[in-house]
Amino acid sequence: MELKHISDLNQLKEIKDQSYSEINMRLKESDRNLNEIKEYQVLICSGTGCTASKSQIILKKLNQEIQKRNLINKVKVYKTGCFGFCKLGPIIVVHPERIFYCEVSEEDIDEIVDKHFCQNEVVERLLYKGDDKQVKKTIDELDFFNDQQRIALRNCGVINPEDINEYIAMDGYLMLATILEEKRDRNTIINELLNSGLRGRGGGGFPTGKKWEYALSYENDEKFVVCNADEGDPGAFMDRSILEGDPHSVIEAMTIAGYTIGASKGFVYVRAEYPIAVERLRIAINQAKELGLLGQNILNSGFNFELDIRLGAGAFVCGEETALLQSVMGMRGEPRPRPPFPAKVGLWEKPTLNNNVETYANVPIILKNGADWYNKIGTENSKGTKVFALAGQVINTGLIEVPMGTTLRTIVYNIGGGIDNQRELKAVQTGGPSGGCIPVSLIDTPIDFESLSEIGSMMGSGGLIVMDETDCMVDIARFYLEFAQDESCGKCVPCRIGTKRLLEMLTKITEGKGKEEDLKIMEELCYDIKESSLCGLGQTAPNPILSTLKYFKDEYLAHINEHKCPAGVCNALLQVVISDEKCIACGICARVCPVSAITGERKKPPYEIHQDICIKCGACIPKCPTDAIYKR
Amino acid sequence: MENIKEHDEKQMKEEQVSVYFNGIEYKVPKTVTVLEAARMNHIDIPSLCYLKDINEIGTCRVCLVEIEGVHALQASCVYPVRDGLKVKTNTERVRRARKTAVTLLLSNHHRECLTCIRNLNCELQNLADQLGIRDIPYTGEMYDYGFHNDNPVIQRDYNKCINCRRCLAICNKIQECHVYSPINRGLDTVIAPAFKKDLIEVSCIMCGQCVIACPTASLTEKESISDVWDVLSDNTKHIVVQTAPSIQVTIGEEFGMEIGSQVRGKLVAALRRLGFHKVFATDVTADLTIMEEANELIERLKEPEKLPLLSSCCPGWVKFAEHFYPEFLQNLSSCKSPHEMCGALTKSWYAKKYDLDPKDIINVAIMPCTAKKYEASRPELEVDGIRNVDFVLTTRELARMIRQAGIDFVNLPDEEYDEPFNQYSGAGTIFGATGGLFEAALRTAHYLITGDEIDIPDYTDARSQSGLKYGEITIGDKKLSIAIAHGTGNAKEALDNHRTGKKKIDYMEVMACPGGCVGGGGQPILGGKDHKKISLDYRHNRSDALYNIDKSMEIRRSHENEQIKKIYEEFLGEPLSEVSKKYLHTTYVDRGKYPYVRTNE
Repeated sequence: MELKHISDLNQLKEIKDQSYSEINMRLKESDRNLNEIKEYQVLICSGTGCTASKSQIILKKLNQEIQKRNLINKVKVYKTGCFGFCKLGPIIVVHPERIFYCEVSEEDIDEIVDKHFCQNEVVERLLYKGDDKQVKKTIDELDFFNDQQRIALRNCGVINPEDINEYIAMDGYLMLATILEEKRDRNTIINELLNSGLRGRGGGGFPTGKKWEYALSYENDEKFVVCNADEGDPGAFMDRSILEGDPHSVIEAMTIAGYTIGASKGFVYVRAEYPIAVERLRIAINQAKELGLLGQNILNSGFNFELDIRLGAGAFVCGEETALLQSVMGMRGEPRPRPPFPAKVGLWEKPTLNNNVETYANVPIILKNGADWYNKIGTENSKGTKVFALAGQVINTGLIEVPMGTTLRTIVYNIGGGIDNQRELKAVQTGGPSGGCIPVSLIDTPIDFESLSEIGSMMGSGGLIVMDETDCMVDIARFYLEFAQDESCGKCVPCRIGTKRLLEMLTKITEGKGKEEDLKIMEELCYDIKESSLCGLGQTAPNPILSTLKYFKDEYLAHINEHKCPAGVCNALLQVVISDEKCIACGICARVCPVSAITGERKKPPYEIHQDICIKCGACIPKCPTDAIYKR
Repeated sequence: MENIKEHDEKQMKEEQVSVYFNGIEYKVPKTVTVLEAARMNHIDIPSLCYLKDINEIGTCRVCLVEIEGVHALQASCVYPVRDGLKVKTNTERVRRARKTAVTLLLSNHHRECLTCIRNLNCELQNLADQLGIRDIPYTGEMYDYGFHNDNPVIQRDYNKCINCRRCLAICNKIQECHVYSPINRGLDTVIAPAFKKDLIEVSCIMCGQCVIACPTASLTEKESISDVWDVLSDNTKHIVVQTAPSIQVTIGEEFGMEIGSQVRGKLVAALRRLGFHKVFATDVTADLTIMEEANELIERLKEPEKLPLLSSCCPGWVKFAEHFYPEFLQNLSSCKSPHEMCGALTKSWYAKKYDLDPKDIINVAIMPCTAKKYEASRPELEVDGIRNVDFVLTTRELARMIRQAGIDFVNLPDEEYDEPFNQYSGAGTIFGATGGLFEAALRTAHYLITGDEIDIPDYTDARSQSGLKYGEITIGDKKLSIAIAHGTGNAKEALDNHRTGKKKIDYMEVMACPGGCVGGGGQPILGGKDHKKISLDYRHNRSDALYNIDKSMEIRRSHENEQIKKIYEEFLGEPLSEVSKKYLHTTYVDRGKYPYVRTNE
């Protein structure tokens, strides 16, 4: 790819016009003549999920086939960011028809090339089949996307993240160039953000415009802009996907932020476990520099902005802003008390603006479309959209973006397609280790910052885990506390020791050794830890316990008083047993048992499991030909 | 480190703001924290990890208060005051949170108070009492990180560590040795040297400031008490004891006397009652150190490329130079420290004079210092295979022995030191405070160079507590740039300035411990309930006491000390003679920043 240094807005617009004509067939609203297709553009999802299921091998193979059959001029293959429907990866979308192929494998490539590109015939067996068993041909027919509105993810699945021209085609860097050309007043930019109502997407929900305003207000010879890409919630991959699918949106926003607050240096703090995101970000930074959109004297405006990447080693606490700044400076990631806030005393004691990836990704389009446009999306106090990583016992897992105010019901049933295996929905966990479990009775709660914290959970960075009757809420709480304790930096007492004590109490309960009095001690300790911890990690670590205690106390009591785990999860309280009726005395179970806990006589049912020997490993259960073995 | 007392006074003169504590208005300086403001006004907010000016990081969550308009409780030790700030220090919420924090700490503490070296002098114990903790409802896993005592000086009981990080702060910020850092996460977090090595394997200078800073008994000196009791019951040995200049102004604190009480006579009396055969004053060999070092300075002045001369009487500083500034080892004075000189002389000159076999002499040194325990074990200090000093006891250890022996220290009569180490000048005494060595050396060097006695004004410049002082002095036709540093961090600054040419020096006195020996790692630890202000500013009172002794002395110059003249006449000949080099001078070792890497090679 050849990149030419540009020096003003007009030159940027030239690139835009040229690139737009190249990619415009990918846009839903473009005119397309499907009768006479001269060129196909094939977009292969190159997000982490699809890459893990070999999308890059598919891409290579596809290119080879195209070359072999001399279709180079007719079929063009592009990498793109996450479509969101990760459950069905690897995903390939073919334009201009917008055909959505899912769960594609290497072996399918021949057929796609033969049929689709040579004979203009869709490969039906690779299309998505909905609940109704109806085949959905194009991406626009999928229910999964119907209730979504993609703003932060606007370019994911549309452009090639490794080609800056494609980002420019989508009006990328237009705002930066315009602002620099106009020498726009800094406060105008901040006011636009304030009016848009954009709030921080990292979890806290602090108004973004206010943060920029503070960072601007502290005068200093040096300031910094930081992007928090240390996404640590288990199961969350919103920020990762944005960096993988649209890294330039973050770079552009950070550069605008640098101009606005008067900083000429920025850092993206991203975890080393995100190799694809890091690589794409590197490519993007280099391309932006080559084009003159980053670095010294950007577009001849006299404004300088350098951007560097800092890799984190994967500590959850480094998502906390003061800990993150420590880590950026090369020290152990540990939070420090605030005040002073980073906007005043940040990196190397200088004023520092720190926003999350998703927040930055929203900035250029807000500035382009205007505060009023953004303001109309969402609820009264929570504007815009939110990206969620939808996971758990839901049929359609993946990455979604919905307007604020969308109910959990819409997410679980319309987008998520309901619960697997016809089981009952029990709860939805939001906010990761800092959040809480929302019971099914509150499923019509609209998702926004206030509503979620009112019911004892929180928005968090966007993890959303759906749970059904087979999930034990005590065990869920125990899992999160284990996480919190593992990830505690150990600096303050309540978090270092308190979360350990909570974890121990929970473990006791899941082992049937808890007492009812423990619940009170545990609850009180939860409140004390919330009140007195140094940083957000400790202050929110007890939330998973408090919310489950609030909504699922009966499950705790069942563990304590009846020594039972209603969901059948807590091993210590379970027995593996053989059904008398179903057993055919084949003896397979006895052979697979690693501790010889199963005895019986061939052809004389039933076999018996000796509970004093059984280690509840469950190895026998799937081996039984008549499904006679179960946990109770 | 800045002079804390001066700092306090400066603060009081600053712009004042109104802060409301529990509804009552107080005027406080604008730049202080809520905790400092409260303590200035005699409002007690308990604290644990806080160590004034050194460790203010808000980790223990004991000093929590309610701030109006702020949702969560805030650590008052790091919360800045502002005009109109409304603080509540005594609400149910606050009391509960504090109690929970300490209860949690105790749930991870082995609570072996009765056999603990810090029993009744422990800040954690005091808090448990103050907050009325009667039961610990949380039981579970506790630290089991064991005990390290592979070095002769400082022992580490990891199980008593409460992660307050004061050791880390004082080592990083004041001493700049950076020995400690947090390791691991969650409950496994531990403040330790890299890879949990023993202190002997890292660049620790054994100054013991971490011991002074530790609120519990996680860091303590390695006791030599039972060894000393053993030799005291050995009838075949001649046991002499020597006391460093600063002991006479600090040991009283161990017996409830006011900080800075001068108790030389009682100290001598107590040592005699413990069974030592002779009680000597290290001050005498401090005078001898002056003679040797002043002559060394004069020698080096003749060859200016051998400047600067760096003092060597502080073993913590010597080890610091060996680890971090090996290129300056040639500039270190080759003089042993005064207690080693005393040891060397008792086993040579004194032995001969009193017809004793050096092998039968045991020299016990009472020192304000943990680094001297290390120094005594250095092989390069031995003369003819005999250690100069056999045992080093810290001030604290001696106090424990006095208590064990049932001696009523406060009511002891005053007694005098024994010959031939009983006569000393005021110069030798002020060795125990920062700037003292320089002042003493100056008095003698001036005489030796010019032949004139210098008037003795109060060198308030040299004596002030600011961490690094520069000055210029004229002796005869020579102009010398001098520096006085205490706290090795300040020495580092001076050496860096010298190296880069930013500020050249000809002579520097360094004391590793802030305040000099009065603030030494072996001095009494005031963790008791009466010592409410958690800071180390009591050093001032101690050093003032030393200077007052100097003032009251008839002889204030080392070269006027008759006993010193006698030692030269009878034994050494003259300063820097062959004999003196054999007994009183030593060599140094480049140890590197990462000693364990070297040992593993």
